[in-house]
Amino acid sequence: MNTFDFLLQGLAVAMDPMILIYALIGVTLGTAVGVLPGIGPALTVALLLPVTYGLDPAGSLIMFAGIYYGGMYGGSTTSILLNTPGESASIVTALEGNKMARMGRGGPALATAAIGSFIAGLAATILLAFVAPTVVKLALVFGPRDYFALMVLAFVTVSSAFGESARKGLISLFVGLALALVGIDQLTGQARLSFGVPQLLDGIEVTTLAVAMFAVGEALFVAARRDTADDEVIAVKGSVWMTANDWARSWKPWLRGTIIGFPIGAMPAGGADIATFLSYAAEKRMSKHPEEFGHGAIEGVAGPEAANNASAAGTLVPLLTLGLPTTATAAIMLAGFQQFGLQPGPLLFATNPQLVWGLIASLLIANFMLLVLNLPLIGLWVRLLTIPRPWLYAGILVFATLGTIGANPSPVELSMLLIFGVMGYAMRLYGYPIAPVVVGLILGPMAEQQLRRALSISQGDLWTLVGSPVSATLLALSAIALIVPLILRARGKGKVLSQLASDED
Amino acid sequence: MSGSTPQGSGATRRPDGATLVAALILAGIAVVIWRDAARLPQAGGYAGVGPADVPRWIALGLAGLSLWSLVEAFRSGKAEREAQDTGPILWIVGGLAAQLALLSTAGFSIATGLLFAATAAAFGKRNLALTVPVGITFALVVYLLFAGLLKLSLPAGPLEGLVWDLFRGAKP
Repeated sequence: MNTFDFLLQGLAVAMDPMILIYALIGVTLGTAVGVLPGIGPALTVALLLPVTYGLDPAGSLIMFAGIYYGGMYGGSTTSILLNTPGESASIVTALEGNKMARMGRGGPALATAAIGSFIAGLAATILLAFVAPTVVKLALVFGPRDYFALMVLAFVTVSSAFGESARKGLISLFVGLALALVGIDQLTGQARLSFGVPQLLDGIEVTTLAVAMFAVGEALFVAARRDTADDEVIAVKGSVWMTANDWARSWKPWLRGTIIGFPIGAMPAGGADIATFLSYAAEKRMSKHPEEFGHGAIEGVAGPEAANNASAAGTLVPLLTLGLPTTATAAIMLAGFQQFGLQPGPLLFATNPQLVWGLIASLLIANFMLLVLNLPLIGLWVRLLTIPRPWLYAGILVFATLGTIGANPSPVELSMLLIFGVMGYAMRLYGYPIAPVVVGLILGPMAEQQLRRALSISQGDLWTLVGSPVSATLLALSAIALIVPLILRARGKGKVLSQLASDED
Repeated sequence: MSGSTPQGSGATRRPDGATLVAALILAGIAVVIWRDAARLPQAGGYAGVGPADVPRWIALGLAGLSLWSLVEAFRSGKAEREAQDTGPILWIVGGLAAQLALLSTAGFSIATGLLFAATAAAFGKRNLALTVPVGITFALVVYLLFAGLLKLSLPAGPLEGLVWDLFRGAKP
C-alpha cells in the first residue's frame, strides 16, 4: 500500500463520530489555551494526561495533537489584540499584528493569521504523511548507537544551541537528566535515588514536572512581577475580511512560512519559535514594502503564523517515526503515547497503522475545524481575554493540581508539584530555560537504554558509538551545535541566538 | 512569557549571588548522585556499563557545570534583576501547602477552594469572604464533573459526602 491508501484508511478512522468529537474537543481546548496568556499546549496536554487514562487511546492522542495545532492558531489572537503572546511561538506575530490592530486593521490581521495557519497546517500535514513513511524506512536501519546519537543531538539543540547562554541551557538539561535517574533502572531493576520512598521507585512523572514548571512556576512568576497592570484588549473594528491587496500580499508569505516551518519542526532543532523568527526575517528582507515593517506589515503576520503551524506538523515527524520529541509539547505527547503502552517509532507504523494514519488524517480534518473556530467565531475567543487575572490563574492552579491529584493522590506527588513549581519559578526568574528539563526527563532514560544496549553489542567498546556513518554524522553535528554557538557568543554575537530562544512550547 | 531577565553590565566586581547559589546546588546534586551510585552493585554485564555508571557521568557533568557557574559568577559580576514581590509568592506557596495538608481530611473541594482563594489573593483579590466560597463552589463543580462523569478518583471529604447523599440513588 502506498501513502494514499494509508491516508484514505486513516480518513475512515478519523470520520468516526467519536473520533471527530475528540478532535473537536482538542482543537477547541487548544484554541482556548492558545488565546489565554499563561497556559500553552504543553501544559494543557500534561493536565489532560491523567484525565484521559481510561479513555480511548486513539481518540486521546488525536485530542492532544488537536490541542497542539489549536494552540498555534489561538496564540495569534492574543498577540494581535493584546500585544502579549498567548504562547511563545506567537511572539513575532505581536510585532506587526498588534500594530495592525492599533490602526484598526485587527480583522485582516486575524484573518491572515487564521488562513495562513490553515494553509500551512494543511500543507504541512500532507507533507508529514508523505515524509513519515520515508523516515520510517530510514529508521529501520537505525541501531541503538544511532538512536543514542540522535538523542544526543536533540539534547544539544534543545538545551544549548539557542537561547541566552549555553551554560544555563546545559544546567537545565542536566537537572532534567538527574531527575530522570530517580526510580528503578530499566535494565537491571536496581533502585536509584529513591531514598527509601516507595513513591519514588516509579520515577518522577513527566506530567507532574511539566505541570509544576509550566503552571505553578508561571503563576508564581507572573504574580511576583510588580508591573502586573493588565494590557488593554483592542476591539476588532471593521471587517474581518481581507481586501484583494491583503490577499495579494499574504499568499506568498504563507507558502514561504510553510517551507521554512516544516523542516525546522522536523529537525531535532527546537520549536516553532525559531521558525517564526526566521520567517519574519525572510519576509522583512523580501517585502516590497520594507518601510511598513514595525508599523503593521501584513506579511509579518502571515509568514510567521504559517511557519509556526507548519513547524508544529513538522515536530510530529520525529515524534511519530523515531519517538524523538523536539519540543516540550512533543515530549509530553510522548508521555501520552507511553501512558497507553504505545511507543512511537518505526514499529508503530507497522503494528498500529490505523492509529498513526488516523491521527494524521484527523489533523487534516482538525485544520478545517480550526478555520471555522478561528474566523467566524473569533468574537468568543476575544471574550476569553477579558477574564480577570486573579480568577484566571486561580482556575489554572485548580486544574493543575486536579491533574496531579487525579493521577496519584499522594502527599509525595503534591509535594513534588510544590517543589518543582518553586524550582520552575526560580529558573524563570534567573533565565534558565524550562523545556530542556522536560526533554531531559523523558529522553534521559531512553538515551541511557540505547547507550547501554549499544555498548552491550560492542562488549564495552566505546568506539562503537562513532562506528556507523549515521551515528558518527549525528554526533559530529551535535559537537558543532554545541561549539559553534559558544564561539558566536564569545564573539559577542549571542543576541541573535538569545532571540531564537525556544522558550516553552 | 519569556523567562529571561536582563543581565547587568557587570561593572561591579562582586560575584553574582544567584549564580553562586546555582553552583552550590549543582555541586550538592552531584554529590548526592555520586554517593547513591556508590552503593549500587556494579553489574555491567557485556556492556561494561552498569546501573551506576550513567549516574556517575551525569554527576560529573553537574560538577563541571557547577565549576563553570562558579567561574561565571566571579567573571561577569553582579547582575541586575527585576524586583520581585514576595507577598504573592507566599500566598501561592501557602495555598499549595494548605491544599496538601487538608486534602485527605477536608476533601478535594475545601482544600482546592482554599488554593483558589490564595491564588486569587496573590493576584490582588484579597477579599477572602468572597473568594473562599467561590473557590469551594468552583472546586466542587470540578469535582462532580471529573469524579462523577470521568471517574477520576479524587479524595472526598465531608462536603463531597453531603453532595453524594443528595444525589443518592442516581449515582454511587
